Amino acid sequence: MSITLTDVQKDYNSGASKDTVQIGPVTTEIESGGITALVGPNGAGKSTILTMIGRLLDIDTGQITVAGHDVVSTPSKAIAKILSVLRQENHFVTRLTVRQLVGFGRFPHSGGRLTLGDERYISEAIDFLDLTELENRYLDQLSGGQRQRAYVAMVLAQQTDYVLLDEPLNNLDMQHAVQMMKQLRAAADELGRTIVIVLHDINFAAHYSDKILAMKHGQVVKHGTPAEIMQNHVLSEIFNTDVQVIDGPNGHLAVYY
Amino acid sequence: MTLEKQREVRELASPTRPVTAETRPPAPKRRRTGPLTGKKHIRNYVIAMVVLGALSIFFTVAIMSWNNPMPFGSDGYWMIAGMRRDSLLTIAVVALCHAMATIAFQTATNNRIITPGIMGFGSLYTAIQTGFVYVFGMAGVTMLVGVPQFFLQMIIMLILATALYTWLLSGKFSNIHIMLLVGVVIGGTLGSLSNFMQRMLTPSEFDVLTARLFGNISNARAEYLPYAIPIALAVTLVLWLWAPKLNVISLGKTTSMNLGLNHKRELIKLLMLVSILISMATALVGPMMFLGFLTAILAYQFADTYSHRLLFPMAFLFGYCILTGSYFILRHVWDAAGAVTIIVELIGGLVFLIFILRKGRL
Repeated sequence: MSITLTDVQKDYNSGASKDTVQIGPVTTEIESGGITALVGPNGAGKSTILTMIGRLLDIDTGQITVAGHDVVSTPSKAIAKILSVLRQENHFVTRLTVRQLVGFGRFPHSGGRLTLGDERYISEAIDFLDLTELENRYLDQLSGGQRQRAYVAMVLAQQTDYVLLDEPLNNLDMQHAVQMMKQLRAAADELGRTIVIVLHDINFAAHYSDKILAMKHGQVVKHGTPAEIMQNHVLSEIFNTDVQVIDGPNGHLAVYY
Repeated sequence: MTLEKQREVRELASPTRPVTAETRPPAPKRRRTGPLTGKKHIRNYVIAMVVLGALSIFFTVAIMSWNNPMPFGSDGYWMIAGMRRDSLLTIAVVALCHAMATIAFQTATNNRIITPGIMGFGSLYTAIQTGFVYVFGMAGVTMLVGVPQFFLQMIIMLILATALYTWLLSGKFSNIHIMLLVGVVIGGTLGSLSNFMQRMLTPSEFDVLTARLFGNISNARAEYLPYAIPIALAVTLVLWLWAPKLNVISLGKTTSMNLGLNHKRELIKLLMLVSILISMATALVGPMMFLGFLTAILAYQFADTYSHRLLFPMAFLFGYCILTGSYFILRHVWDAAGAVTIIVELIGGLVFLIFILRKGRL
């Protein structure tokens, strides 16, 4: 039971000129359990790979399976019960309360008609992300950090084994970024979810994830534990910049400025 | 025990005082999820629906019975009442089409400003009407009256819309903004074509044509109704059954895909239904750009919910009240059977502006 990618490729054509940006071919396996972080410089293809696994983006060639199900040929509705995906920008035209939003996470199971069981999952997801007091507030009355937590609560309420998150720490300050990572860690450890996450900060990735998948120029260049990745020459090569790894109070720290 | 008493007792409880049944805080609130967030929200929705329902009944009765020149009970009385009943049925069909279509369209395109009117339905209708008068003169207007012609106009508009939607949504663009842009450009092109033809008409031809180009209840003929009513009801039923899906689609493309919907396919199905409704309403009474926008925006404001099963009936009642109200004022108070659109846009626009300025958000 894992996420497997076989020769997955995506080409981005830039219209008139003949340059194409090619992502892949990528062949790798993301094991079940724990947090896997996707890191790499801008344009490396992290989000592309993540959204292709989440079947939000069409695959040009190759195959992706999640827990044995091909994400392209399996009905979207069935995939929605084993895999959930959250993108960076979420803007809704409708005005929703936190609880209503989280309730939508139950749609693949309930089809819109919420049962008592659904309500329990919704309450659990809300409590898990410390949104209990805010559950009847409208999303436009929340701060950025709280809103981000509400979105994550929605994908947790979906009760899928696999959770894909595209840069959930974007626009979060230190406090909220740490809080978010701790909650995701707890979701992996206590709820047994497999979390795949795109991160920009290598130190966050090293501290909170179990595996790091490093990408560059559309290719996977390194896939290993944080200890294997947190080395001067490895990081310098991945990020095209001089990186020095030092010992910090809570493990290795990458210094690049 | 009264609420005040309960509160008083609770305030008395402290770490040094024993916790008894009376001093224990109230049991946690039952946590439920629903489209209406609380008692106040439910009350507001019910009040709005009751007021709208009462208004629709009032206008219906008023239009049916006001100022009937024949003595009550005579044959002439019932003939006039029958004609008025057909007008009311036309209004109901048009209100239903515009309300359902606009909300479904805005949900599909994930916006609350643009209405299906932008896709060029109105311009195409104008172009067809103008083209006939241009080619056949005065006779052209009457050539477009009749059941086959009604269906012909509807089918032409349907083909345009379907071609546009499927081509633009399933092709390599796959982008709703490009679709809207192309729709606007087609609308503009057809509009200037009609404008050009109108300049070549004689004043009397132009006069006859103008009467057809304003949305007008009296454009509709009773013989269209046996076809229009079942079609409108059937599409409404489908949209009603799809309402849970529509709620999800209104969250946007990625969220609805994440929740297991085939977004592109749902969008095309939805836009087809929208085209059926709008092309039928347009073929029936002519273009009414503002009506759908107004009913939808008022329903969003007063219902304040994502649930389409709550939005649809309210939007329909708004549409029905606005149309019957304008029709009644025009026909029976001002005694001038002019174009309803003028009143809809005047009063509706004012209501909309006042409401937006008072509430401060869309």
